[in-house]
Amino acid sequence: MAKKKESPQGTEWNYSPSPESTTHVKLEKRYALFINNEWVAPSSKAYFPTLNPANETVISEIAWANDKDVDKAVRAARKAYQEVWSKLSGAERGKYLFRIARMMQEKSRELAVIESMDCGKPIRESRDMDIPLACNHFFYYAGWADKLEYAFPTKNPKPLGVAGQIIPWNFPLLMAAWKIAPALAAGNTVVLKPAETTSLTALKLAEIIKESGLPPGVVNIVTGHGDTGAAIVNHPDIDKIAFTGSTNVGKIIQRSVAGTHKKTTLELGGKSANIIFDDAPIDQAVEGIVNGIFFNQGHVCCAGSRLFVQENVAEEVIRKLKHRMESLYVGDPLDKNTDIGAINSKEQLDTINRYIKIGIEEGAEIHQSQCAIPSQGFFCRPTLFIGVSQSHTIAQEEIFGPVLSIQTFRTVDEVIQKANNTPYGLAAGVWTDKGSRIFNLTTQLKAGVVWANTYNKFDPVSPFGGYKESGFGREGGLHGLGAYLKLS
Amino acid sequence: MEILKTYKIYIGGSFPRTESGRYYPLKSSRGETIANLCLSSRKDVRNAVVAARKAFGTWSEKTAFNRGQILYRIAEILEGRKGQFLEELIKQGIGRKAAEKEVQASIDCLVYYAGWADKYVAVASSVNPVSSNHFNFSTLEPMGVVGIIAPQESSLLGLVSMLIPALCGGNTAIVLASENLPLCAVTFAEVLHASDVPGGVVNLLTGSIHETAPVLAAHMDVNALVSENLGELGKSLSVACVDNLKRYIQYSSGITQGLHEIIELQEVKTTWHPIEKIGGATSSY
Amino acid sequence: MSIPRDFNLLLSNLSIDKVGVEERVARFQTRSIKNEAKHQGLKMVLNMIDLTTLEGKDTPGKVRQMCYKAHHLHDTHSGIPSVAAVCVYPTMVGIAKEALKNTSVKVASVSTAFPAGQSSMEVKLTDTRLAVDRGADEIDMVISRGKFLAGDYAFVFDEIAAIKEACGPARLKVILETGELSTLDNVRKASEIAILAGADFIKTSTGKIQPAATMQVTYTMLMAIKDHYDKTGLMVGMKPAGGISTSKLALHNLVMVKEILGSAWLSNEWFRFGASSLANDVLMQLLKLESGRYQSSDYFTID
Repeated sequence: MAKKKESPQGTEWNYSPSPESTTHVKLEKRYALFINNEWVAPSSKAYFPTLNPANETVISEIAWANDKDVDKAVRAARKAYQEVWSKLSGAERGKYLFRIARMMQEKSRELAVIESMDCGKPIRESRDMDIPLACNHFFYYAGWADKLEYAFPTKNPKPLGVAGQIIPWNFPLLMAAWKIAPALAAGNTVVLKPAETTSLTALKLAEIIKESGLPPGVVNIVTGHGDTGAAIVNHPDIDKIAFTGSTNVGKIIQRSVAGTHKKTTLELGGKSANIIFDDAPIDQAVEGIVNGIFFNQGHVCCAGSRLFVQENVAEEVIRKLKHRMESLYVGDPLDKNTDIGAINSKEQLDTINRYIKIGIEEGAEIHQSQCAIPSQGFFCRPTLFIGVSQSHTIAQEEIFGPVLSIQTFRTVDEVIQKANNTPYGLAAGVWTDKGSRIFNLTTQLKAGVVWANTYNKFDPVSPFGGYKESGFGREGGLHGLGAYLKLS
Repeated sequence: MEILKTYKIYIGGSFPRTESGRYYPLKSSRGETIANLCLSSRKDVRNAVVAARKAFGTWSEKTAFNRGQILYRIAEILEGRKGQFLEELIKQGIGRKAAEKEVQASIDCLVYYAGWADKYVAVASSVNPVSSNHFNFSTLEPMGVVGIIAPQESSLLGLVSMLIPALCGGNTAIVLASENLPLCAVTFAEVLHASDVPGGVVNLLTGSIHETAPVLAAHMDVNALVSENLGELGKSLSVACVDNLKRYIQYSSGITQGLHEIIELQEVKTTWHPIEKIGGATSSY
Repeated sequence: MSIPRDFNLLLSNLSIDKVGVEERVARFQTRSIKNEAKHQGLKMVLNMIDLTTLEGKDTPGKVRQMCYKAHHLHDTHSGIPSVAAVCVYPTMVGIAKEALKNTSVKVASVSTAFPAGQSSMEVKLTDTRLAVDRGADEIDMVISRGKFLAGDYAFVFDEIAAIKEACGPARLKVILETGELSTLDNVRKASEIAILAGADFIKTSTGKIQPAATMQVTYTMLMAIKDHYDKTGLMVGMKPAGGISTSKLALHNLVMVKEILGSAWLSNEWFRFGASSLANDVLMQLLKLESGRYQSSDYFTID
C-alpha cells in the first residue's frame, strides 16, 4: 500500500483583509446623558473618552454623570412610572417593546459595527450573535407584557417601580437588552448605566428608544464610572438593583443594599468547568473548548475556563486543540475573518498577562498559538496551560481572557467533585455520548447552566444565572420575569 | 370606472378559482350584488388538505421564535391595509365604529399570539419527578392539519381568533369562511400571502358551510376540527369526526383569546431517559 | 494484506455530533474571501475541477466537445488554467485520451458498475481493467453501500483493495455515496475503511442522487484524512462531487481544506471538485473581480 509521502508543492493561500464597511455608521463626537427622552449635559460638565481597543484611537466623548444627574434620572423614571407607564395596559407596553425590537433589527448592521469598534469583539460575533440576540430579547419579552398572570398563576404580579441597572463591557448591547426588556415588560421604568469602556451601543439604543415613541422617562441612560454606579445603588428611590459584573463589585453592592427595601439580582463571575469524557464526540468537543474559552476573547462570565479531560483521551484532545488554535485569527475586530478580537482595555490586558505570568511561575506548561498579532492595540494570543492542578491559582481565579487551564481526571465522581470544588457556580459543559451520563451530571453539577455536547449557547427563552458566588437570580425565559415583579 | 375585485379562494399559496366553476352572489341589505364568491366544492377541500399536509413539515419545524416573528409581520401588514378591511366590513353592513373596533381587535389578536409562540411551551410543559432513575419530560407538539369553520356572524375577527392560535402552535389550516360575510376572509388571505407565511400553511375556501364542512369533518387526513356551536350541523360533524378520531374543538361562548386556545390544538409527548447514578454520591462542597 | 475478520478493531468508532458539525461548518461559511485571496482561490478551483459527463446518452461527439472546453475554458482571456481532469464512462476513455493528448488534463473513468455498484466482483474488475487498458489515469469506483449498511465492513474493504490492485498505475478514487450512507458516523466509518484499503482519494458522491456533496459530509471526510495523516504521515486526496455549482461554495470548501489539512493539500494532486456547471460560475466571478462588472452567461461557452 505505497503512498506518496508529503509533497510540499501545495499552495500557500492567505486570506486577504476583509474589512466591514463603516461609512454608513453614524456616531456623534460627544454624547450627553439620556434622561426623559432628552439629551442632557452632565451637571459637572465632565466627559471622558471611549477608545477603540484595536487601535487605541478615541471614538467619542461620553458624559460623566454624578449623583445630581443620577437623581434627575431617577426622578424622571419615577414620574414616568407613576403617571404613564403603570397606567398602560400590558398589551400597550408590549407594543412598544415589539417596536423597539423591530427598529433594532433594522439598524442591526450599524449597531454591530459600533459594538466591535467600542468593545473589541470580532464583527462576526457582534453581527451574528450579540445584535440578533439583543433584538430577539426585546421581541421575546414584548410578548410577556400582557401575559404575566400565566407566568404566575393565582398570584397578582405587579411591577416593583424603578429599577437601577448596571451592566458590564463584555456584551454591551446584549446586556442592556437583558436588563431593559424584562423590566419594561413587567411594568417598571429604568435607569441604566453602561460600562465606562463601552457606552456607545447603549446610547444608540437610546436613540432608537426615542424614535420608537416610548414615553419619556421610561428608560434613562446615565453614563459614567464606578461612582455613577454607586450613586444609582445608593439612591433611596430605587426599588430594584440589577447588576452584572465582577463578584467583588457584586458583594459591594449587596452590602450597600443590605437592610434596605431594595431587591437585587446579581450576575457575577465564574470559573466554569468544561468536562470531556473519553466517549465524547472528540472533534466537536474540541470545537466546544474553543467556543467555551476563545469566544469573545474569553471575556465571558460563563467561559469554560477550566478544561477537565479524561486522562485516556487527554493527549489526543490537546493535540487536536493545539491544531485547531492555529486556524484562529487574532486581529482587527472589524475584519470579517477575525476570530479573536481586541482585549477590551489596557487594564484587562494587564490583568490577563499577570495571570499568565503566575501560571508559568506556578509550573504549568504554557502553549500559545503561533499567529501574528497586531503591533498596536490590546491583543492576547489564545493560551493553554497544560498540567494544571486544582490548587493552581489559574485554576481558581477568574482570568477573563483567552486563557484555558487544563486538568485531567479519571472517574465520573472525581470530576464532579473537582468541578464543584469552587466558590463559583455559573456554568458547566459536559461532553459524552451517553445520555444517561449527561443527566447524571446535570443533576450533580452545582451550576446554573449546564451545556451538554455544546457550549456558550444563549437564547432569550432560556434562563441564565449562577449558583453560589456567581450570583443569584435568572435572566431570560419565564424565570427571568420574577426578578422584576412583586407577587401577592 | 372602478376595477372590481375578483374574489378567489386561497390554496397552496395561490389564488385559484373553485375547480367546480360555481359561484354565489353576495347581496347587500338592499338586494344589490356586492360581489360573486366562489362556491367551493369537495375537490377544493381535498386540494386544500393536500396543501396543508404538505406545508405542515416546514411550518412546524420553524423555530417558535420565527413563527412569532411571522405572526407579528401579519399584524404589520394588516395594520397597513386597515382601510381596505373597513371598506369591506361597511359594504357588508357593519357600522363604521364597530368595523374600526373589529379591525383593531384583529390586529391586537395577532400581536397577542405572536407573543405566545415561544412561551406557551414553557408554561404548559413539565419535567416530571418520576420515582425511578429517569429524566422524564412532557412537551407539546402541534396536532397537524386543522380544519376551521369560521364563525358565521363575523367577517374578520372570528376567523382570526380561531386561526391564529392554531398557527401559533405550529399547525396548518383549512379555513371555511363565513358564508354571508366572506369578503374579509379573502382579503385576509392576501395579507397572509404578503406576510412570509409559506404557501399551504393557511388555505381559505368560500362557499356553503353545509356543503364543505362535512367533507372536512369526514376527511381522514385532517387531525382536528374547530368551530363554534353549530347545532344540528355540529352534531353530524361530530359523528363524521369519529372515523379517524379527529379532535373536535367547539367554542360555544364567542370569541376568546388565551393560552387554552393554543393548547387545545397540541398533543402532549412524554419522554423518558435514564439518569446514570455512579457511587450514589451527590455533591461535595 | 491479511485483515482480521473482526475488522471493527481497526476502525476508530469515533462518535460524531451532527449539531456540532453543523455549527463548525456554519463558521467556515463566515470566512470572507476577497480580492487577491479570491483571485487566487478562483484560479485554484478551476484547476481542481474534474469536468464530468456521465449520461446514458453520451456520445463521442459530446465527450470531444467537453474535452476541448477542459483546456480552453475561456480563451478570450489570458491566465485561465485548464481543469484537472475529465470524468467519463469506460466506453469513452479512448475518445477522451485522444482528445486530450499533449495536454495536462487527465482522464478519469468511473467503473465497478457505476453508479449503483450492484454487480459481481468479476464484472467490477473487468469494468476497471477495461478503463485502465484504454488509458484512464484515474479510476472512480463505487463502494457496495448495501453491504456497508448491512454491517459487512470486511466485504467493503476487500472490494476496494481488489479494485486498487486492478488499477495498476492509475490512481483510485473511492466513491462513498454519502447520500445513501445518511449519517455522518457512517461517512466517517466508510472513509476510514476506504483509506485503510488503499484509496488515493475518497470521494463523496456519484452525483446521481441527492444529497450529494454537502459541507458537512466533506468536513467529516477531511477530518478522517487528517486523523490518518497524523497517525501515519500518509496523504490521501479528497473529492466532493455533485451540488457544488457556485464559486462561493467552492471557495468555502477550499477554506476547509486549508484550515483542516493545510496548504500541502491545496493542489489538484490532492483535491478535486466533481462538477459540471461550476466552471462557468467561477469564470464569471473571476472576470467580475478583474473588470468590476457583473457578468452574463451569454459570454461564456457551454461545452
